[in-house]
Amino acid sequence: MAAEVLFDAPGPKTVARHRIYTIVAVVALLVLVAYAVKRLYDAGQFEYALWEPFVTPNIMRAIGEAWLDTLTMAVLAVLGALVFGLVFGIGKLSDRKPVRWVSWLVVEFFRAVPVIMLMIFSFYAIFNSMSIEDGAYWSVVLSLTVYNGAVLAEVFRAGVNAVPRGQAEAAYAIGMRKSQVMNVILLPQAVKIMIPAIISQMVVALKDTSLILIVFGVGLTKILKSLPLSFNNIVPTTIVISGLYVITNLALTYLATRAQKRFVGEKEMLQVSNVAEPVSNVA
Amino acid sequence: MDAVLESLPDVFKAFGYTVLLFLVSGVFSLIGGTILVAMRVGPISVLDKAAATYVTLVRNTPLLAVFFFFSFAAPKIGINFKWVDVHIGTFDFTSFFSTAVVSLTLYTSTFVCEALRSGVNAVPLGQAEAARAIGLPFTGVMSQVVLPQAFRASVPPVASALIALLKNTSVAAVFGVIEATAQMKVMTNNNADERWGIFIAFAIGYVVLVELVSLVAGTFERRWRIA
Repeated sequence: MAAEVLFDAPGPKTVARHRIYTIVAVVALLVLVAYAVKRLYDAGQFEYALWEPFVTPNIMRAIGEAWLDTLTMAVLAVLGALVFGLVFGIGKLSDRKPVRWVSWLVVEFFRAVPVIMLMIFSFYAIFNSMSIEDGAYWSVVLSLTVYNGAVLAEVFRAGVNAVPRGQAEAAYAIGMRKSQVMNVILLPQAVKIMIPAIISQMVVALKDTSLILIVFGVGLTKILKSLPLSFNNIVPTTIVISGLYVITNLALTYLATRAQKRFVGEKEMLQVSNVAEPVSNVA
Repeated sequence: MDAVLESLPDVFKAFGYTVLLFLVSGVFSLIGGTILVAMRVGPISVLDKAAATYVTLVRNTPLLAVFFFFSFAAPKIGINFKWVDVHIGTFDFTSFFSTAVVSLTLYTSTFVCEALRSGVNAVPLGQAEAARAIGLPFTGVMSQVVLPQAFRASVPPVASALIALLKNTSVAAVFGVIEATAQMKVMTNNNADERWGIFIAFAIGYVVLVELVSLVAGTFERRWRIA
């Protein structure tokens, strides 16, 4: 607990002072919330007509399908990223200098380039022969594959390095070859450490699927863009769609926490420095 | 590449906007993150819970949705940035720019908060206990023992958050700021035969900026490291 590092156990005077601060804080927060609600109310954003689409079966189904699209894009991207990350993560650990060097270059490049740029490029230059919708869908998958793959390459490397040195040394000592040491000894142990980090990467991928809006909306972003055009309910739509993202991500984070407890124990989740958005830690 | 070389001033101006977005939102995010982390680790549990809720909500929302809210939804309830209209040199700071800064700041603050908090959590409890045991007052414990260590430990994660911010400035391209990514999109559409060259040129621009930020962060990390 951070509080214990920062503060001593409070005495009676401090407890009384904290009680006053608490009351002030509660009042301030309530005022803030009340103001936000009043603002929404004054603008007529609570009128039933604006929220009705979200309980209309047809639209609910469309939103559900869009949500599934978003989820499959993220899942496909993470699956692709696993392969990409495995190849280049092991490439970075290779004993051969050129392999290491090329892997390093690829990983650094895709980590530094904004995902949205990858999307624009793949939409116009790679998937330009497809229909707009398919092109946008596969642009998302490809861009997120290479970006998250570059991140996972680092996770793989860190995971393999996190296996105690003695394990590899013992394996070599009993006469295993390099590939055997990697496949039989290091990777199985590393994967266990990496699973939570991989699930957390899903959260990043899921959020980033929305960036395709720059060329064409796919999945939940399509709803975000199209629904307000028919119902003039941009505020409720933004709230509902954001809420869907948040709920999905919280579910994924919960899964990652469970996996962490199950496979790794109480240790900190595997963190890779300088890798874009830090994945959510166990809160 | 010809297309890039011909309109080099436009390209540089676009990257100028990227850097400006990064610098302005970076400063505000550091301030916002510090306020949030103060609430998070402070003794008032209500503030702790409020900050935690905010951080959890915003971290799990796509940045695009935050931008979308401030660009299209917020004006409907009377929140807009039309009053911002500053021009410095050839750069225009209008409502598009300030909407981007607000969105980026609110989003990045949460990551900065978590980065700083991990720094505080990295300080072993025994450090504070030992400091109290030798009779240091609260201010002494903080300024001499806890905060210097916490600060040092949070440099790498804060750097990660700032690098993410630098790349996230590209989302502003969707919402009307002509920064590097938007410029790339325009050029890609106008020069269909040079898409690869244009992409690589802009990608190198971003790589250089990212490496620059890592370099600065690395320098500070080494300078402040002890032993």
